[in-house]
Amino acid sequence: MYSASDLKKGLKIEIDGDPCVITQFEFSKPGKGQALYRCKIKNLISGNTFDKTYRSVEKVDKCALISRDYTFSYIDGENYVFSDNETYEEALLGVELLGDRRYFIVDDMAVEILFHNDRALDVTLPNFIELTIAETEPGARGDTATNVMKPAKLENGYELNVPIFINEGDVVRVDTRTGDYADRVAKG
Amino acid sequence: MLGALEARDRLLREVRSCFAEAGFLEVETPVVVSTPCMEEHIDAVACGSRFLRTSPELFHKRLMAGGANRIYEIARCFRAGEVGRLHHPEYTMLEWYRSAADYRDVMEDTRTLVNRVSSVFNRAVPDWHCYRVGELFVELTGWNPVLEFDGDRFDALLCERIEPFFEQVGGAVFLMDYPVEAAALSRCHPDGHAERWELYLDGVEVANAYSELRDRAEQRRRFEAWGETRAARGQAVYALDEAFIEAVGKLPETGGAALGLDRLLMWLTGADGLDEVLPFREVWL
Repeated sequence: MYSASDLKKGLKIEIDGDPCVITQFEFSKPGKGQALYRCKIKNLISGNTFDKTYRSVEKVDKCALISRDYTFSYIDGENYVFSDNETYEEALLGVELLGDRRYFIVDDMAVEILFHNDRALDVTLPNFIELTIAETEPGARGDTATNVMKPAKLENGYELNVPIFINEGDVVRVDTRTGDYADRVAKG
Repeated sequence: MLGALEARDRLLREVRSCFAEAGFLEVETPVVVSTPCMEEHIDAVACGSRFLRTSPELFHKRLMAGGANRIYEIARCFRAGEVGRLHHPEYTMLEWYRSAADYRDVMEDTRTLVNRVSSVFNRAVPDWHCYRVGELFVELTGWNPVLEFDGDRFDALLCERIEPFFEQVGGAVFLMDYPVEAAALSRCHPDGHAERWELYLDGVEVANAYSELRDRAEQRRRFEAWGETRAARGQAVYALDEAFIEAVGKLPETGGAALGLDRLLMWLTGADGLDEVLPFREVWL
């Protein structure tokens, strides 16, 4: 347990069983009154933020978060299955948690999964992934401008905007954190 | 860093001339004390077998009881565990006492001082507002702590509702007439409130003042009650300063105020926190 006086910005705590992080913190002591610890807190599961004020006598649960290395194995219905690099134990992440990042998970990809107790909270993918363009309108020959974009579809069905000079069959790098085109790796 | 000290120098000079002109005697009282002034929520820093003062209050009232008329001190004070944007364990308190006076008279002293230093720092003189605790709480929270007190609720609402309101109102705000349970060392009015005020500058609490309590038995009773509350919470219980309790019974009608000079300097220079006005803060961090 933390004492209220241990609280600070960035500290991870547990509230009603959910992992949370303190995003803003201020020590306060209104005129002759007791010490108050005013926090803005983000729930790491729901993403909701809320205000909470702790008194110095209050205790706050610690939050044990651990990160482990996993390798992607296979897709099982709505779940992506990863295996622990050391124990080979499987961890399942649903499409809801993954969001668009599921398009960037490829065979044998090395990832890091963040756990709270036994619950997987988040996954960190390599920052960039190389994928092939499946569909896009042909660009004008010789047009190498990078600021003019057009829609394209990747081999896995993910849609993004690419520069006008990109053609079907080109291999591009995509930033997995933003889902945006980064650069061209090879011409198709 | 030097800029902050130059600003402080300018403020101290102006404070001294302001009080000298009003006939106040500048005094120095002990920084190391055998027992600190016990209050419900203030912890002293130990210094060997003694303590560093949390306020010069006890000695000032002894001076007033002994015949002083108007005194002030620019007093370095220490409070354990108070660290934050607006708190530092070692800070400078301007404390003054005026005889034949009450909390309204020291309100005028404060207004004069703040207006005067504002012009020295080329700041517009602030708009002055005044709210009574009971009325303002009823208006903003629907609850009157003067009639029905709850310490936790009072502190939380002050912090979450009242202070943000003062920040929004801006300028200088007196919050006056506290619940008797939050009288601290002030005199209670027969109408059921304590003759105490706090000053806020743009939402930041800067000063606290009383019509001083002159009832020895009541003073002892308050210290003992705070001692019990502190003991129950596992906080240090400080020995009573008998010389002080003796002096309380001999106090003339007195108004007294304590003003945080570091926070006043913050306000005058437009600083966002004590970091900008206190050099060498790392000593305590």
